Amino acid sequence: MAKLEPAQRPLVDVTDPRVAAAIDRYWSRNIRLMCVLLVIWAIAGLGCGILFADTLNHFRVGGFPLGFWFAQQGSILVFVALILVYALALNRFDADHQRELDLLRATPARQDTDR
Amino acid sequence: MTIEAWTFLFVGASFALYLAIAWLSRVRDTSGFYVAGRGVPAAANGMATAADWMSAASFISMAGLISTLGYAGGMYLMGWTGGYVLLALLIAPYLRKFGHYTVPDFVGDRYESDLARLIAVVCAVFISFTYVAGQMRGVGIVFSRFLEVDITVGVVIGMAIVFIYATLGGMKGITWTQVAQYWVLITAFLIPAIAISFRLTGIPLPSVGMGSTLLDSGVPLLAKLDQLHLELGFASYTEPFVGGWDRLNVFCVTLSLMVGTAGLPHVIVRFYTVKNVRAARWSAFWALLFISLLYLTAPATAAFARYYMIESLHGRSSDDLPSWFRNWRQTGLIFWLDDGDGRIAYHGSNDPALAERNEIFRSGSLPAAELAAIEVAHQRWIDSNGSQGADGRAVLRERGLSGPDQDIIVLATPEMANLAGWIIALMAAGGLAAALSTASGLLLVISSSIAHDLYFRMINPNASEAQRLGVGRVVIGFAVVIAGLLGIFPPGFVSQVVAFAFGLAAASFFPAIVLGIFSKRIGSVPAMAGMVVGIGFTASYIIGAVYLGMPAWCFGIGPQGIGAVGMLLNFAVTLMLTPLFPPPSAQVLAMIESIHEPEGAGPAVAIETAAEH
Repeated sequence: MAKLEPAQRPLVDVTDPRVAAAIDRYWSRNIRLMCVLLVIWAIAGLGCGILFADTLNHFRVGGFPLGFWFAQQGSILVFVALILVYALALNRFDADHQRELDLLRATPARQDTDR
Repeated sequence: MTIEAWTFLFVGASFALYLAIAWLSRVRDTSGFYVAGRGVPAAANGMATAADWMSAASFISMAGLISTLGYAGGMYLMGWTGGYVLLALLIAPYLRKFGHYTVPDFVGDRYESDLARLIAVVCAVFISFTYVAGQMRGVGIVFSRFLEVDITVGVVIGMAIVFIYATLGGMKGITWTQVAQYWVLITAFLIPAIAISFRLTGIPLPSVGMGSTLLDSGVPLLAKLDQLHLELGFASYTEPFVGGWDRLNVFCVTLSLMVGTAGLPHVIVRFYTVKNVRAARWSAFWALLFISLLYLTAPATAAFARYYMIESLHGRSSDDLPSWFRNWRQTGLIFWLDDGDGRIAYHGSNDPALAERNEIFRSGSLPAAELAAIEVAHQRWIDSNGSQGADGRAVLRERGLSGPDQDIIVLATPEMANLAGWIIALMAAGGLAAALSTASGLLLVISSSIAHDLYFRMINPNASEAQRLGVGRVVIGFAVVIAGLLGIFPPGFVSQVVAFAFGLAAASFFPAIVLGIFSKRIGSVPAMAGMVVGIGFTASYIIGAVYLGMPAWCFGIGPQGIGAVGMLLNFAVTLMLTPLFPPPSAQVLAMIESIHEPEGAGPAVAIETAAEH
C-alpha cells in the first residue's frame, strides 16, 4: 500500500481485507446502479427522443405525437427522475457502507505482523 | 405606468439587489473566492447552478430556436438537460471528493503532468471566453431594446455590475447573486408562458397547454401548427428528420451537447462549493429540477409563439399590422418587404415556389446602409413594375435572411399575447439576470484557471494567500474588460464559435475526466494523446467546415455535431494507447481510490490540508 498523506488516509484500516472487500462491494453496487441509470438515460433521450422518434410519432399521447413529446418533454422528466433516484440510492449505499465499516472498526482484524 | 418606467424599476431594483448581496458576501480568502468556502447548501447551490447554466441563449434564443426548428429543437432541450445526468452520475460527486479548486487541477493531478494541466487551462479559458462574449452581447441587446440605450452603453453597465460583485465576493458573491438571479429569470420566463397558455388553451400549465386544443378553433395546437406549416411551406413542426435535420445529425448534435455540457468548466466548479459528496449529489438533483422548470416551458412558449407569429402576420394588410410588429421592426429582428399587394405573405423554404413569395425577413449582420439601399431598390422595383431596381426579397433570400430573427420569439411573445406592460418589463430583468449570472460564473472560471492553475500551480507555487487573491481579482478585472469588448465588437462568428466551445469540451475534458475517475490503469501519455487528437480533429473539422468551405466529409455530420465524433476518437486513442504505457503512480492510485470512497471512509479532502497545497 502506498504511503498516504494524513489528510487522504481513510479512517479505517484499508489493509484489512474485510475492509477492502466492503469497499469493493460498495463500488460495484455503485457501478451497477450507474449502468442501469445510464441505459435508461440512453433509451429515453437518444432512443425514444431521436432514434425511434419517427416510429413513436405514430402514437399520440394527449395532443402530442409521442416521439415529439419525448424529444421536448418526456426525456427531461426522465432525466430529473434519474438524478433523484441516483441521489436517493447512493445516499442509502453510503449509509449501508458506513454501517458496515463501523462494524469492522468495532471488531479489529488480527494484525498480520509477518507481512 | 409606461412599459419603460416599469423596465427601469425592475432592472434598477434587481441590480440593487445583486449589489447588496455582493456587499454582504464579500470574501477575504482564496477558499471563499474560488469555492465559496464550501459552505453552500445543496438547494441554494442547485439554484445557483441553474442560473449559471441558463445563459442569455437559454433565456432569449432557445425558445426561438425551437420555434423555428420544431421537432429538431429537441436537440437543445435534450442535449443541455441530458448532459446534466452525465455530470451528476459520472463527474460531480467524484470531483467534489477530489476537493481542489478547478477542472485543470483535476486533470493536472490525475495525469501528473503540467502539460495536461496547461492543455486543460487553455481549453477552459477558450470555452469560457467564447461563452462570455455571447452573454455580454445579450446584456447589450436587452438594454438596447428595453431601455433604448446604445448597445455599447448597455454592455458597459453590465460589465460594471459583474465586475463589482465578482471581484468583491468571488465565488461566494457570485453564488448568492445567482440564487437571486435564478428567481428573477424563472419568474420572468414563467409568468408570460402561463398567461399565454391560459389565454390560448385555458390550461395554465404550459407543458400541458402545449398538447391541448385551442380555445377559439377547438383544434389541437400542435395539429394546427402542422397544418399551418404545411400550407405555408414550412417543414412540419412535429415530424422528425425534416428540413435538413437527418437522424444522424440530430443524434450527433444532441450527443455533442450532452457530453460537452458535462465537460463545461463553469458548471463543474459549482460542485466544488458544497459541503460534501452527499450535498453534491443533492445539488445536482436540485439544479436539474430548477433548470427543468425553464426547459419544460421553453418548448411550450416556442409552440405558442409560433402560432401567434403565423396567425398575427400572414395575410395581414398594412392597416391592421399587430402593434408588436411595429415595435420590433426598428430593431431589424423582423421586417416586411411587400410584393406590392399590401398583404403580408409569410412562407417557409420547404416549398421553393412558396419560398419565393416570402415577405418576412431579418437584417442579421447586414449594415444599416446596405439594408436601406436594398429597400430603396426594392421600392423602385415595385413602383416600376419590375423594370427598374431589384427585388429585395430575392437579394435577402440569397443572403439567408428569410424569416424573423429567432431572438424575437421570447422577447416579443408577451406583446404578441397583449400581456400587461409590467410583464414585458419583467422580461428585461429576466434576460439580464440570465446573461449576468452566466457571465459571472464564466469570469470566475477564467480567473481561477489563470490565477490558480497557471500562476499558483505552475508559475509561483510559493505565492501567499493575499497574492493569490490579488491575482485572482486582477484577472477577473481584465477578463470583464475583454468580455465587454467582445460584446461591443462581436466577432461575426460568435454563434458558430458556441458550437466550437461545446465540441471542444466534449472532445477534450469529458473523456479525460471520466476515464481519470473510473480507470486506475490509464496513464498520462494516452490521456494527453487522446485530448490532443480529440481537440485537433474537432477543431480542424469545425474550422474547415465553417470557414474554409470544406464539405462535411465525415458521414455528412455538420460542425455542430462533430464534437461527438471527436469524443469517440479521444476515447479510442486513449484506450488503444493505454496498454503500451505504464499505469499511474502509487500516489495517483491512492487518490483515485480515495475519490471512489464515499464520505464515510475518509473525509473529503479539504483544500487547506490537501497534499501539495
